[in-house]
Amino acid sequence: MIAADVPTQRPDDARLLVVDADGGVSHRARAELASVLRAGDLVVANDAATIPASLRGVHERTGSEIEVRLAARRAVDARDPSRFRVVLFGAGDYHTRTEDRPLPPRVEIGDRLTLAGGTLLATITSRDHARLVDVRFDGSAAHVWEAIARHGRPIQYAHVPTPLRLWDVWTPIAGPPVALEPPSAGFVLDFRTLGALHARGIAVHTLTHAAGLSSTGDAALDAMFPLDEPYEIPAATAVAVLRAKREGRRVIAIGTTVVRALESSAREHGRVRPGPGIATLRVGPATDLRVVDAIVSGTHERGTSHHDLLAAFTDEATLARADDALGAHAYRTHEFGDSCLVERRALAVALAV
Amino acid sequence: MTGRSLRGLRVVVTGGTAGLGRALVSELTARGARVGFVARRRELVEQVEREVPGSVGVVGDVGDKDDTHPIALQLTGRLGAVDVLIHNASSLGPTPLRPLADTDCEDLERALAVNVVGPFRLTKALLGALVSSASRGIGGLVVAISSDAAVTPYPGWGAYGASKAALAHLAAIWDGELSKDGVGFVSIDPGDMDTELHAIAIPDADRASLKRPETSAREIADRIAERLHTPVTALAAGAS
Repeated sequence: MIAADVPTQRPDDARLLVVDADGGVSHRARAELASVLRAGDLVVANDAATIPASLRGVHERTGSEIEVRLAARRAVDARDPSRFRVVLFGAGDYHTRTEDRPLPPRVEIGDRLTLAGGTLLATITSRDHARLVDVRFDGSAAHVWEAIARHGRPIQYAHVPTPLRLWDVWTPIAGPPVALEPPSAGFVLDFRTLGALHARGIAVHTLTHAAGLSSTGDAALDAMFPLDEPYEIPAATAVAVLRAKREGRRVIAIGTTVVRALESSAREHGRVRPGPGIATLRVGPATDLRVVDAIVSGTHERGTSHHDLLAAFTDEATLARADDALGAHAYRTHEFGDSCLVERRALAVALAV
Repeated sequence: MTGRSLRGLRVVVTGGTAGLGRALVSELTARGARVGFVARRRELVEQVEREVPGSVGVVGDVGDKDDTHPIALQLTGRLGAVDVLIHNASSLGPTPLRPLADTDCEDLERALAVNVVGPFRLTKALLGALVSSASRGIGGLVVAISSDAAVTPYPGWGAYGASKAALAHLAAIWDGELSKDGVGFVSIDPGDMDTELHAIAIPDADRASLKRPETSAREIADRIAERLHTPVTALAAGAS
């Protein structure tokens, strides 16, 4: 695959690799998503807007330059921005691949960070790993939000060389600002597509899932990802999901965060229940999907947690065929790349029942 | 007399520190709404936040592209959600008012930036929040504060009138396009009010003949309440 290096959410020529329930692989234009899905399908998308979660500053005790990437929220309610789990990077910025970045200084609980052009002060409150720590920001919610809004930058990686702006990473349906990286599968949902889905009798509902940091370039840290992520399922969405399952209609998740939220809720409560929750489930080959019948996702390289998640939907041989097709047809990868639709393998369903 | 309750509703007002906007912040807050407002001058924003406890002020210029997303982020972050958006901030265009032939292109551009393009950008940035509010059965309403100058081509009011006409037309098209998503758009002409803006436009007006902005604010709050038809219980549950 080719890295998509231009921050265009909906390139005119974006493609959709369709992996069907029988393991067949076909190529479609992504703009035709509505015609690829079936009347009666229920589409569920993540409406989280993305916080500009990269903050630069100084580690006060050592005077070292530091980059803080907000990595996980504690709760889905946007109104409290005071506490985050964060990952620390040393000097430099996104132009350097994360795995090549200098390490941050060693930090201790109680250390102070001065961030956002000196406007935002933080205290390290706990430490899970040399670079994965919890911070508490000083000041009111108003103060913290203003500092983040004015000085934060969207988290980005070396494959996109131009600085991202907030409008590059907010999906067309972005609402509550609780994601730390964009739920980028949702880039596909412009209002023309929403209209086409509506016209085909395909309902679209949303949930809010506070997508966290996806990658650090440190193997030990990345093995801990995805971190626990808070989510909230509106009553109307929970009802629509229950009704779809009861009536044998498919639930299509737009992105991995939706799979995580719906499947976590179903596991915790026996069925998808409205309200807030914390997604702890790591979806992979061994996961027995209870709710989601198909996923629309970006195209991901083997070995990433996003790729592992697809293995819950289909078998290894089919995934390998899909990977071959993505490579052979020069699909673009990463958040601004092409997409895939992976239907849950029919055989897997039969065995699971 | 207090009007219909807007308890729990999250409402954004642009231009919230003067004239109609300031009156809306008080009126909506008095009816139980949680009001977020935007204005350019920090000292005025902080003053209104002190005067109207519970209100949430954001410093920014709706006419500036680079401010749009920081404004939207702070509003959605601090309110948690947005149910109603009121485009109230306005530029008169060049003052004293003058014929189009004497209007600099840059002055027209500035009027369009504040009265048309800025509201368009902020609507887009908050659209996900508004759709989300509609899908939860709470809100999803955008109010464009308009003017009779949007309808009648008054000499001397070219920049203002043309930009307000464009704002009203955009609102009408948005309304048609987004009805399936549950988000409604209305233009409201609040009438000739006794405000700073009016005094700049018509310095020798008889102030006694002008409407109080508080009166217009009450009428607009009533329109919002009528339009949403939202039972208070659902609001309280949704906004908790």
